[in-house]
Amino acid sequence: MPNEKGFLKKAPMSAFFKNTQKTRLTKLEIELTERCNNACIHCYINLPANDKKSKKKEISTRRIKSILKESVELGCIEVLLTGGEPLLRKDFEEIYLFAKRQGLYVSVFTNATLITSKLAKTFKKFPPKAIQITIYGMSKETYGEVTGKPRLFDDAMRGVKLLQKYNVPFTVKAALLPPFKKDIKKFEKWAKTLPAMNDVPDYCMFYVLRSNRDNEAKNELIKKLRVPLKSGLKMFSRKEHFKKLWKEYCGEYIGPPGEKLFSCGTGVTDGSIDAYGKLRMCIYLRHPEMVYDLKKGSLQDAYTNFFPKIRKIKAKNKLYLERCAKCFLKGLCEQCPAKSWAEYGTLDTPVEYFCIIAHDMAQYLGLIKKGEKAWEVKNWKSRIKKFAGNKKGANNEKKDRLKSSVCNFR
Amino acid sequence: MKKKIDLKAAYAISDNVVSREVHGEFVIVPITSEAGNSGEEIYSLNETGKAIWDKLDGKKKLQKIIGDLAKEFKADITAVENDTIGLLEELLKRKMIIKAKKA
Repeated sequence: MPNEKGFLKKAPMSAFFKNTQKTRLTKLEIELTERCNNACIHCYINLPANDKKSKKKEISTRRIKSILKESVELGCIEVLLTGGEPLLRKDFEEIYLFAKRQGLYVSVFTNATLITSKLAKTFKKFPPKAIQITIYGMSKETYGEVTGKPRLFDDAMRGVKLLQKYNVPFTVKAALLPPFKKDIKKFEKWAKTLPAMNDVPDYCMFYVLRSNRDNEAKNELIKKLRVPLKSGLKMFSRKEHFKKLWKEYCGEYIGPPGEKLFSCGTGVTDGSIDAYGKLRMCIYLRHPEMVYDLKKGSLQDAYTNFFPKIRKIKAKNKLYLERCAKCFLKGLCEQCPAKSWAEYGTLDTPVEYFCIIAHDMAQYLGLIKKGEKAWEVKNWKSRIKKFAGNKKGANNEKKDRLKSSVCNFR
Repeated sequence: MKKKIDLKAAYAISDNVVSREVHGEFVIVPITSEAGNSGEEIYSLNETGKAIWDKLDGKKKLQKIIGDLAKEFKADITAVENDTIGLLEELLKRKMIIKAKKA
């Protein structure tokens, strides 16, 4: 027997998120349903809770289990159960426990309205990696203005109290919407009392359009609700280590993407399954030619053959090639094929809103001057270096933390 | 505090954990709060640890397992015994294994 001590080593989960050229699935998001019992004014996905057509098409419990099993065989470590409202599915608990028993770390995004004592007890015994609850108002009135369902305010608070009763940790976030503004103080005071909240809460504010491109009127409303960066910064900059985080992030991730359409890591180590069993590289990317039907294939095939081909696609749009392809703010800017698809029905049209946000942010960080267009900046390398230092080469754990922290600001 | 390991007893993997392979490494994932699941940590076992883990079937006495391991690895039985007890103490403390009722 080799003389080995320390057989058992404790490591953070992120130590197993390895960056590699090979396909290594580590994180999967599953939208269990597109239906929701709320009808939020800014939501990019929700369908009515009683939408029979959608419910009928939803992926079966059996199929979800077999996908989870395959994901584990491929080395997946973490799964996020989301929606719509995932708890609308009667089989939620069964799916949750199945995922846990496969050795997956499971996170849940919910509005908390459907949490029962039984489910809270299950969460206590089989703890999730994280539960994130979006709070739409601190009163029936506000909750109703945002969600259209004022009576669900009491249900949400009851759900929250049940988690507290059984000591199940959870975090809360909110959407910075006009009706919610009057509740911010109360919300943040309350959030401070929650054990899992160790900083000011995150807010959704740069809303994405309906990624199914299914409701033009709603898209027009969402556009009007979008928050200008100046207001967003007021909220963000209260966060601890805000500038330091962006320095580290910019040092690792920003730079001109060139003509390749997919410059982020999507579809390499992560992916998203929609409510009907279609696999996408990212949760927002619903262009019909970019999705892989898991009923006709496998995760293995998608990650080995389908996604690598998609990731090689090049942009053709002239304006994109003149601007976005040369823009060193890529990484800071949310421009991507998914957002372009939601906004314009193409994969490579520059999204003006995100361009403005990115330029404002770059100006705030001191990367560009007022009036400068980032794609015209020649000395971008030295500007990044001046701002972030020589930062390339963070370890995987740090990279993972950076990416998720920055996502929380969006 | 370390738990006492009984060489005449059999040990089994508890329902509090799931073991699996992640990108070539053998890991133990705590799934219940009883096993101290914080939702953020994974335990990895090296090759030797896995060899011990694989033999914990709830039937075979630990004494027998140690004997088998010593033969398998052509190693000194006292050293194998010390190493195995060391690992089992850790696993028992974390409620990752249980002492089987009857060996």
